[in-house]
Amino acid sequence: MARFAMVIDTKKCVGCMDCVVACKTENQTPEGLNRDWIAYESIGKLPDIQMEIRSERCNHCDNPPCVDCCPCGASHVHELGGVVLVYQNKCSGCKACIAACPYNARFINPEGYADKCTFCIHRVETGLLPACVSVCPAHCMYFGDLENPESEVSRLLLSRKYHSLLPEAGTKPQIFYLV
Amino acid sequence: MHELDITRNNHLVDPSLHIWGWQVPVYLFFGGLVAGMMIISGYFLWKGKHKEYNCACFNMPLIGIIALSIGMFALFLDLEYKVHVWRMYATFRITSPMSWGSWILILVYPALFANMLIKVPGFLKTKIPFLEKISEKIRNNDAHIKRIGIINLILGFMLGVYTGILLSAFGARPLWNSSVLSLLFVTSGLSSAAAFVHMIAKDKDESRLLAKADNSFLTIEIVILLFFFIGLLTSSQAHINGAKLLLIGPFAPVFWVFVIGTGIIIPLIMQSLAVRGKINHSPVMPILVIMGGLILRFVIVYAGQYSNWTAAALGK
Amino acid sequence: MNSISRRKFLKIGGATIITATALSGAAKTVVKGAEKLNKQKIKGIQKIPTFCDICFWKCGAIAYLKDGELWKIEGNPLDPLSKGRLCPRGTGGIGAYNDPDRLKSPLIRKSIRGEEKWVEVTWDEALAYIADKMQKIKKDYGPEAMALFSHGIGGNFIKHTIKAYGSQNISAPSFAQCRGPRDVGFKLTFGEDIGSPEKTDIKNAKCIVLIGSHLGENMHNSQVQEFTEAVGNGASIIVADPRFSVAAGKAKYYLPVKPGSDIALLLAWMNVIVMEGLYDKEFVAKYGFGFEQFAAEITACTPEWAYAETGVDVKVIRESAREMARYKPATLIHPGRHTTWYGDDAQRSRAIALLNALMGNWGRPGGFFYPQSMDVPSYPYPEYPHSEKEKVDNPGKKYPFALETLTTGIREATITGKPYPIKGWMVYATNLLHALPNEMETIEAIKNLDLMVVIDVIPSEIAGWADVVLPESIYLERHDDLNVEWWREPFIALRQPVIDSPNEQKPNWWIAKKLAEKLGLGSYFPWNNIEEYFTYRLSKAGCSYDELKKNGIIPGAKQPIYFDEGVPAEFPTPSGKVEFYSLQLQQLGFDPVPKYKRPPEGPAGYFRLLFGRAPVHSFSRTHSNTLLKQMMDENEVWINADIARKYGLTDGQSVKLKNQDGIVSNKIKVKTTERIRTDCVYMVHGFGHNSKGLKSAFLKGASDAQLITKYTMDPIMGGTGMNVNFVTFLTEA
Repeated sequence: MARFAMVIDTKKCVGCMDCVVACKTENQTPEGLNRDWIAYESIGKLPDIQMEIRSERCNHCDNPPCVDCCPCGASHVHELGGVVLVYQNKCSGCKACIAACPYNARFINPEGYADKCTFCIHRVETGLLPACVSVCPAHCMYFGDLENPESEVSRLLLSRKYHSLLPEAGTKPQIFYLV
Repeated sequence: MHELDITRNNHLVDPSLHIWGWQVPVYLFFGGLVAGMMIISGYFLWKGKHKEYNCACFNMPLIGIIALSIGMFALFLDLEYKVHVWRMYATFRITSPMSWGSWILILVYPALFANMLIKVPGFLKTKIPFLEKISEKIRNNDAHIKRIGIINLILGFMLGVYTGILLSAFGARPLWNSSVLSLLFVTSGLSSAAAFVHMIAKDKDESRLLAKADNSFLTIEIVILLFFFIGLLTSSQAHINGAKLLLIGPFAPVFWVFVIGTGIIIPLIMQSLAVRGKINHSPVMPILVIMGGLILRFVIVYAGQYSNWTAAALGK
Repeated sequence: MNSISRRKFLKIGGATIITATALSGAAKTVVKGAEKLNKQKIKGIQKIPTFCDICFWKCGAIAYLKDGELWKIEGNPLDPLSKGRLCPRGTGGIGAYNDPDRLKSPLIRKSIRGEEKWVEVTWDEALAYIADKMQKIKKDYGPEAMALFSHGIGGNFIKHTIKAYGSQNISAPSFAQCRGPRDVGFKLTFGEDIGSPEKTDIKNAKCIVLIGSHLGENMHNSQVQEFTEAVGNGASIIVADPRFSVAAGKAKYYLPVKPGSDIALLLAWMNVIVMEGLYDKEFVAKYGFGFEQFAAEITACTPEWAYAETGVDVKVIRESAREMARYKPATLIHPGRHTTWYGDDAQRSRAIALLNALMGNWGRPGGFFYPQSMDVPSYPYPEYPHSEKEKVDNPGKKYPFALETLTTGIREATITGKPYPIKGWMVYATNLLHALPNEMETIEAIKNLDLMVVIDVIPSEIAGWADVVLPESIYLERHDDLNVEWWREPFIALRQPVIDSPNEQKPNWWIAKKLAEKLGLGSYFPWNNIEEYFTYRLSKAGCSYDELKKNGIIPGAKQPIYFDEGVPAEFPTPSGKVEFYSLQLQQLGFDPVPKYKRPPEGPAGYFRLLFGRAPVHSFSRTHSNTLLKQMMDENEVWINADIARKYGLTDGQSVKLKNQDGIVSNKIKVKTTERIRTDCVYMVHGFGHNSKGLKSAFLKGASDAQLITKYTMDPIMGGTGMNVNFVTFLTEA
């Protein structure tokens, strides 16, 4: 059994939005909607400012509230890697999952179903990396299996300080930001 | 200064969540109203008091079926992928309050219908005479009536509670995230249902009793609201922020005036005086109570969508 | 081989076809409004290599088509510039194909210039019109009266036609409005310019100093890849910028310098490094000229003196100087790119060059390498006609050290008619109204022209002022000249079409050739089509065109790029050494060692207007790109949070900006932030389009170019310093 996760090095990320554009072209996301986005966070006053830039998306949580709340069984955990996916043909568009996500990672596709980042499972299952990871010019994004201790993501989490988003929300997110 | 800018601007999600409009509060209101009706009717049936409380027991079921159908239609309108509505009935998801609700509603209709069968309304009797035959069988069997009463009582309670759990299970929206919300909604539903019966019951005694019941429910509602806010204000920053939205924030005027003021306090005072015979009963008070119930749902649904974890994480 | 024609199938050579079964029959249109063409669509996934044209870096790319439709663009792993990863603009290149505002057919104006009222004409009519007017200009004024403004590799063939016609007045804004000062500053010091792509060895630097450069927001691909690599390797970053940029977020030392005081900071750094003996003594002894005089000149430039000018703490100046020296020679003070700020920019760049010289990093890892290129012979053309007249842009060498033709010089000559009249402008791929300062002068110049031709892909503001607009195919639809690149690893890159042009658009080589033929200069285009041209040059270089078509890149043999690899340490300066003291500057009355002069302040209640880049946009040319405009569809004006509070401005509010000359901008959203000083405001360049043809970008955000009415000339090289405008806020009444 695998547990896919992303590790993103905020030290190197410049917030250029290449990951956002690549996701859009790879997944043909409809106009005005984005599966991933950049967060620019800064704190302080000149000249003492700290800044963190993050590429964010669905965190493919280990305790996904969006899967728990789905009445149709559309929102589910994929057999491989703990990836959270939506069966488009089962979704009734009730939007419970959109309300359930503390990261606001989901949206309604114009066709009516709930949509979000899929960790590019269609690429991962053919041995490729997710589109966002493969395009990043800062080489700051890593993707792999946390259950494999030799994987890059596992080793990075052992060697660097990191944080995830809203751990207090109880979701057990699987995207980790190196600081 | 702590600054956070994000590049995402998704429809219905940004700048703050606004996925649900009037459809969901309307549905929750009717759900609660019908739940209240079922509990009241079910209680009287169970206690064998149906002869004295004719309106509650025998006018409400039909009204309930109509009200619930309006509510469910509103919910259907809210779906973004309507052709897949049947998918909710192709499975039962134990962790999904919405799934519980879909199935509870499936059971509520027969329960209401069974209640209605005890005394079939006039126009139906003439249209479908076969119903009267069943009705006779039930009417003459106290055990049947009692069972129907208990089923309505239990399903009514489940329906009322579920409308609250539906929202309170969303940990991502801190304002909703209190288990007391389920009790708040069922009590509000009972209060609205009691007010409604009080307003339309022809029998003076029944009307007066339901007024007294409504006063009890309104009082309990105040206590539950107190617990609701105490719970939020002693929880995390995100929960405190959520509570503040209603208490002193942008939703405060509507909350204090229309939910607490004209929805609870004023009817409670006026109906208490009327019950003691100090003033005449008036249909205005129950209308205010019912309106208060509707506006409560609106305020909670809208404010809850606005509440989030991010602001608290930014130290706001 | 036939050239591209409407009735023939496009032969997409060199495509890697995974599954290929041709679909016969009618194909669906690929762009709204495109004519229905019978196209042979190939089923399955195709990958066709080319190189990007959204900016001028020319990253190798691979375009993916799915069933004959454009799907996505990725980097070409063989390309040494992109290393298989494109920047967000390159990744969004498909949006240029789908752009609904694209120019579709040749246009001739049917009313006065600037009204944007057009008649659609055929190519023949358009080119005949142009050739006609050009011949008339040649007869009445001489061919030198025709000027060409051209930017990018697509202009190579256009330049060829204009040179064949007889004019040397050819210019790109990239010199006088952009990197000119730094190329001159470095040439005066080391004898060499910096070039593009810059020969900065960022990835090997252990300490990187950025003066106003906002790498990460400025998205030159290799620069950002190497910068983030260095950051990841723990390089020490020092940033001097009035705005806390993304790069500042990576910095060990962030210096919020007062705008315009950079030379003071640079001099103080050099003062510390020289006085404390922290410079590379061996390098200076071996290669330096005039070091003692230089050291004497900067004795008074102490950190205490600099604090008063820059506002930067004395301690921070000293410590950051020592930090730089700690890592020499692998310390790089980035020369910057857009350096036309205050009019003393060549001297500021010279100061940067001198600081680099103190680090001893020239020709060494972590500093500046010597880029190499392959030897690909040019095509043998007849000689260009010789002109008696000197170029019109810099009469009498008024700007003695200008290395390239000055755009603003040509513009001035067009207005004044001196030293001789300019009567025709051809503009290729550069939106002069957003590039040159003071757009009113550009419009005044255009009014004096007999012929104004614009070749572009979108209806830019400058195209709105043309007599004739020629629609070019975008880079995904055309061949361009070979890119024989100068880089750490030499290589040749090919741009080739991956998809048909949807309307009447044509590539630059075809336009240039057809125009030349109409001008009777067909002998300058002896090849029938561009692939003949490629085959000739490549075979002379011993390379295979088939290989180039298939891979997009032909790599060259690795050459030495550092002194210690064998590059001769020669400095083509008058002294043959690194000039710490410049006699050639002194002889012409300029400071031999840079001196600091405080730039003039703005009026009270006004804030200095600074501008820069966003990583998802390129100049003013990407705002109708269907993908990139979703990433950022308007700019914001950054205002310090305290200032905003003082003026009652809230985050997200719309304001208009009024500059010192009374020019009022379009509405723009306010961004209140701590990340900028209180004496300046900042916005991303290129928005606020007022060209009616750019419907999807029309009046989104505000134009900084419109507010740049004042500019200060650099007397050394003719650059136009543009950070000299001040704005105040107008809220809705």
